[in-house]
Amino acid sequence: MEGRQLFTLSPITIDTAVLAASLASASAGALVSFEGRVRNSNEGKEVLALEYEAYEALALSEGTRVLEEALERFPLLAARCVHRIGRLEVGEVAVWVGVIAAHRDAAFAACRYVIDEVKARVPIWKKEHYAAGEAGWIGERVDR
Amino acid sequence: MKADNKTIKVEYFAHLRERRGLARETVVTAAVSAAGLFDELAARHEFRMERARVRVAVNDAVVPWETPLGDGDRVVFLTPFGGG
Repeated sequence: MEGRQLFTLSPITIDTAVLAASLASASAGALVSFEGRVRNSNEGKEVLALEYEAYEALALSEGTRVLEEALERFPLLAARCVHRIGRLEVGEVAVWVGVIAAHRDAAFAACRYVIDEVKARVPIWKKEHYAAGEAGWIGERVDR
Repeated sequence: MKADNKTIKVEYFAHLRERRGLARETVVTAAVSAAGLFDELAARHEFRMERARVRVAVNDAVVPWETPLGDGDRVVFLTPFGGG
């Protein structure tokens, strides 16, 4: 059931239509999804591409825990999240979250919960490649 | 090798992988805790990242820095994440 896991890492383009279609239930009155995309600038620098690197064992366990928490906290019918790894160009989908519920309030709240917690807790790192030629890991501020 | 030395498998990601110049290594250390191992390696390889901004995983679980290390443990230092 590889394709049905709550949280997965993908080295290839995320097919958002297939993911949304996989969240099917006759009881669902709402599907809320979030797509994080690669944008062309960060902190004043022109970004050409990104590289995501994951600590896979912990990313999968912690990401799955986030989805399990969402299913416990909100009245959802199903939830999934996929995060890209590897090199991404501007405009590509970096992360996709989708949840279905009987009603939209729970779906909106749960989708927000999942993306916020995934960003904070899942060990994935992002390197930005800039038009000016250099590159840097986000959060890598050097201390000495 | 002294009796209190242990063999630790360290895996590096992102900033620290590039600072260290490799993705994994086996380290023989007398460090008692994960914090001691970080400090030892940070000094040896100039990580340029203060421990206060880093967390640690031992055997694929995030643990406090004071966690004692055991022979054969797998350690990953977690610099600030950038997912999403």
